[in-house]
Amino acid sequence: MAFSLTKERQVEAEDVLKRYPTKRAALLPVLWLVQEQTGYVPAEAVEFAAKFLDITTTEVWGVVTFYTMFNRKPIGRHHIQICTNLCCKLKGADWLLGYVKEKLSIKVGETTRDKKFQLSTVECLGSCGTAPMMQIDNDYYENLDAEKVDKIISQLK
Amino acid sequence: MKKVLTKNFDIPDSHTLKVARANGAYASLDKLFKMKPEDVIEEVKKSGLRGRGGAGFSTGMKWGFIPKNTDKPVYLVVNSDESEPGTFKDRAILEKDPHLLIEGIIIAARAINSRTVYVYFRGEYYRQWERFFGALKEAKDAGLIGNDLQIHTHRGAGAYICGEETALLNSIEGWRGWPRIRPPFPAIAGLFGCPTIVNNVETLASLPFIMNEGAAAYAAMGTEKSKGTKLISVCGHVKKPGVYEIELGLPIAKFLVEYAGGTIEERPLKAVIPGGSSVPVLTAAEALGGCLSYEACEKAGTMLGSGGMIVIDESACVVRCLADIAKFYHHESCGQCTPCREGCGWIKKICDRIEAGDGRDGDLELMLSIADNMQGKTICVFADALAMPVKSFVTKFRSDFEEHMRLGRCPK
Repeated sequence: MAFSLTKERQVEAEDVLKRYPTKRAALLPVLWLVQEQTGYVPAEAVEFAAKFLDITTTEVWGVVTFYTMFNRKPIGRHHIQICTNLCCKLKGADWLLGYVKEKLSIKVGETTRDKKFQLSTVECLGSCGTAPMMQIDNDYYENLDAEKVDKIISQLK
Repeated sequence: MKKVLTKNFDIPDSHTLKVARANGAYASLDKLFKMKPEDVIEEVKKSGLRGRGGAGFSTGMKWGFIPKNTDKPVYLVVNSDESEPGTFKDRAILEKDPHLLIEGIIIAARAINSRTVYVYFRGEYYRQWERFFGALKEAKDAGLIGNDLQIHTHRGAGAYICGEETALLNSIEGWRGWPRIRPPFPAIAGLFGCPTIVNNVETLASLPFIMNEGAAAYAAMGTEKSKGTKLISVCGHVKKPGVYEIELGLPIAKFLVEYAGGTIEERPLKAVIPGGSSVPVLTAAEALGGCLSYEACEKAGTMLGSGGMIVIDESACVVRCLADIAKFYHHESCGQCTPCREGCGWIKKICDRIEAGDGRDGDLELMLSIADNMQGKTICVFADALAMPVKSFVTKFRSDFEEHMRLGRCPK
């Protein structure tokens, strides 16, 4: 089925075009609108973006696959991303990752059976002074210990 | 030292226009619009301000590269793609004083005659983007940003390389974040083929002070080649990690004790990476004898870089540290140039096997040789950014690597 943005997002996409002298430059903003709507970037949306911006689907795929934040398949409702970069590792990132894996009974890259949580490891998120940390959806959770992790995860709907 | 960047950080609601204005925000604009753009450039040149993103190039001189009387639009691009491991200082400005950045943007745009500004945020900085966006709206509604200046935000989507200025330009244009071959430099042909200046958040946030107090007041602080103040974000094994504004030239030993609170449990210091994970590591002795300025870091064989300081004490294994650094560069190499794409992966594999106790004879020489074949042989300096840590870690901590080989395991 052909992909379409919601009316509201379509208006926003049209508006985005006005910010740049070329249509192509609106690609990242349009892909963000897609992911905001569906949680990932489906193949149909790649076709949509290409048509909307007068570029080829190959070019859109090239961009979608280059940037790590675009999901290419559906993921769990809450995306837990644990930083395992050097600075976080010096402050217990390995412990945090192990704790969350065990707590949710999933490995990195997996989704919990109830589709509630997705677990990923990521590189530096600019939170080195408040390590160990994780990003869940749009929010950072920092200076973590077991008690804090338990509380944060139990409060997510 | 006068606070240039952090003066409003501890004031509640410092990110709101009301509080920011009550504490001096946008005070420089009256003076700015009475000055000719070339005089603004001259003033910033005189201040000695150097780019705070990592390269440390003179900001005023960079602005001066924009061709005079060009018939093309001139773009100002703000680099808020902070992703260098150990660096979290731009984030502090975005969260605590976004109006300081907006004021800096207005100043820079005036200096280079730019009517269109793109502020590029790393995708993960969603809340920081929201905060900036909110501040931008407040400033527009209050009439502080003229109708002849368009400031747009653009969100990246997870790629360290987009902090490299030409990769960033490609990313805005809707391409993969692949660095471009120079020349042409962005000041001549940058965004959409037009003259473009890319400035870091901290650089721009330093401008209101220079306009308000004058270049001389700024240049009165710091050292001969490192004028003014700089944010240092310190992390790792210190008691008080965080973002601190220092007068450039401060001894590292003094910084570690007076700002960072010393090492955790007073454990002995092993190593310090002074300017983000890309710069050569310093041994404890080198760090304790060094200073935080561009020239002092250069003299010590390293770089001040972004000011992202990573402190490592004796409890850590330096081989594992290098393996973690290599993991990052392997993950983030954009894949455009062969020496970088392949070299980063090879370095990671060799580091991993030494750490696991499976190191082979000649592995250290092999790593050094790979680093040699990466450094200076690619389109951008990403490959150098792994080659330099490899060379410094292997050379300065050789016995730690050799111990892994001898024992057949990590001693820690």
